[in-house]
Amino acid sequence: MSDMTDLALEPEPESGARQLPGDIAAWIFIFAELAVFGIMFIGFAVARSLDPATFHAGREVLHPLIGLLNTAALITASYLVATSVHQLRHRRSGVQWRLWLAVAVSCIYTVGKVYEYVNLYSQGYNLGTDTFFMFYFFLTFFHFMHVILGQVILIVLAVKVGNGDYDGSDMNGMESGASYWHMVDLVWLVLFPMIYVLA
Amino acid sequence: MKYESQRVAMPYFIFALILFAGQIVFGLVLGLQYVVGDFLFPEIPFNVARMVHTNLLIVWLLFGFMGATYYMVPEEAQTELYSPLLAWILFWVFAVAGTLTILGYLFVDYATLADITMNKLLPTMGREFLEQPTITKIGIALVVVGFLFNIMMTALKGRKTVVNIVLITGLIGLAVLWLFSFYNPGNLATDKYFWWFVVHLWVEGVWELIMGAILAYVLIKITGVDREVIEKWLYVIIAMALITGIIGTGHHFFWIGPPEYWLWLGSIFSALEPLPFFMMVLFAFTMINRRKRNHPNKAATLWAMGTAVMAFLGAGVWGFLHTLAPVNYYTHGTQLTAAHGHMAFYGAYVMIVLTIISYAVPIMRGRPYGNSNTAQVVEMWGFWLMTISMVFITLFLTGAGILQIWLQRIPESGEALSFMATQDNISLFYWARMIAGCFFMAGLVVYFCSFFIKGQASFDEEVRGAAIQDV
Repeated sequence: MSDMTDLALEPEPESGARQLPGDIAAWIFIFAELAVFGIMFIGFAVARSLDPATFHAGREVLHPLIGLLNTAALITASYLVATSVHQLRHRRSGVQWRLWLAVAVSCIYTVGKVYEYVNLYSQGYNLGTDTFFMFYFFLTFFHFMHVILGQVILIVLAVKVGNGDYDGSDMNGMESGASYWHMVDLVWLVLFPMIYVLA
Repeated sequence: MKYESQRVAMPYFIFALILFAGQIVFGLVLGLQYVVGDFLFPEIPFNVARMVHTNLLIVWLLFGFMGATYYMVPEEAQTELYSPLLAWILFWVFAVAGTLTILGYLFVDYATLADITMNKLLPTMGREFLEQPTITKIGIALVVVGFLFNIMMTALKGRKTVVNIVLITGLIGLAVLWLFSFYNPGNLATDKYFWWFVVHLWVEGVWELIMGAILAYVLIKITGVDREVIEKWLYVIIAMALITGIIGTGHHFFWIGPPEYWLWLGSIFSALEPLPFFMMVLFAFTMINRRKRNHPNKAATLWAMGTAVMAFLGAGVWGFLHTLAPVNYYTHGTQLTAAHGHMAFYGAYVMIVLTIISYAVPIMRGRPYGNSNTAQVVEMWGFWLMTISMVFITLFLTGAGILQIWLQRIPESGEALSFMATQDNISLFYWARMIAGCFFMAGLVVYFCSFFIKGQASFDEEVRGAAIQDV
């Protein structure tokens, strides 16, 4: 609680009011990240409206099935993270294995993505092919890096839970990490339809 | 001042301020040369004056950063400096080498300077801002390595704080990126990449870490806000600075030959570069509003708020004005760039160094609560004169830039005015900028005068808490 209001960007909520999960510093970071992705999405939309044919042709080359599989993996991981937070808040068991399982499931995404990159690259597509592939490679790789960071955060949380650092009395660290992971997941939920379906 | 060895910061600060004065003198010379083309020709041609103006800026800021580091690191680590002697030796090496280099620029023509410093053995000269003879570049590298050794040995034996870690990370980045100045490929496009790896990644990358750390340190001292709160802000700010700043380098790659995707990447990431600066404004004002003490050194508080605001305006807003590729297509290399450069350097780096000087120098002079009220009032006059003058310099250059773009860049070929014809048309703005520059010089003189006013602030002026309590 004290951590939450430390930055005093807003008045302390009255007791009983809904509170932001996690640390406000983590949320400032999340909003800044969302702003980065948001501007890139706008750039994508503008570029697509200027040259729909290139974007249509580019989409045809992608593997929507792998994209769908990756989406399922990230959503499942998010579900596991959300339930692990719930378990910790109610001081129940099963927090740690859910986090480890979330990391494992999210690896389906990382492996799938690497497979896609290798596949496309071997067919001669890269960042400089055209505007569609510039956005495809840059946006998805930038997101990929965020997934890796998210996985590192989940691993740190799992280790800390294992060490008994979190007992449910202070949810700040767990909620901050989980919020970051959900941000990564949320971005993909926009990216997937935008690149694989609508383009 | 808790540790005697912190006092080694003093010569660094004094020398920095002397070079600062030199920089402004040459700024005035340049300002006049814009409108009176043959002023001081052939003794000091425009290109030489410009080289001296920009090199003095870089070198005095480095002296300022080093002084700040020597002052901050022992206190943060709660231990004496590893080797005050090494700090003194490096001070003299750097001061003598820096002075000789500037004298070389002024009294020897550049080609001869290249010859006598044996540039042929490892050619690195001739590039904007990196004009220093190779031997000076090697000297800077050695001084920085010795400095980092001294600082890291100090930090490692004492308390590890986030401020120290961020500061030292920034300084290591500064040292590592400097190495790119030694690589000078023959291909001009390739050369520009490496050149920007020094120039951009310094000022829009690692220097922001140094600035953030100094600002955080001063805020801890003058507000008494819990260190944990300030550290959290610092982390978020530097993360944003690096996320936006590193790929933001792309805004320099628009027209130098690399692939087209840099137009997108450069535009998108640098559009977000104002964010960390905006967060610094929130940071400074929030911390000062939530202060647990009223530090009697009000001048330092003013500088801390000023640097955050002016950095946001100069680096953030004025940078954003011309950072998007479709805009930059017209504005590239116009006076708009000069407007941005002036306010950004002043707001972010000049003012942060003056902030730490304002806080630390009175303490080193045996005035733990700051200078006397009179001295602070004079210092604050200096602050306002210099800052308002810089706002006007920026506005006049912005006006000059917009008119330049309108006359020279927007019209279709054939209708566009030539470069020199355009310059004649915007000379009124240059005259106005010259006047603002004179006011800046006056502000600097007032600021210097504040150092010669005797007396100190008293403990009674502290309303809550003790100004020198351990935090």
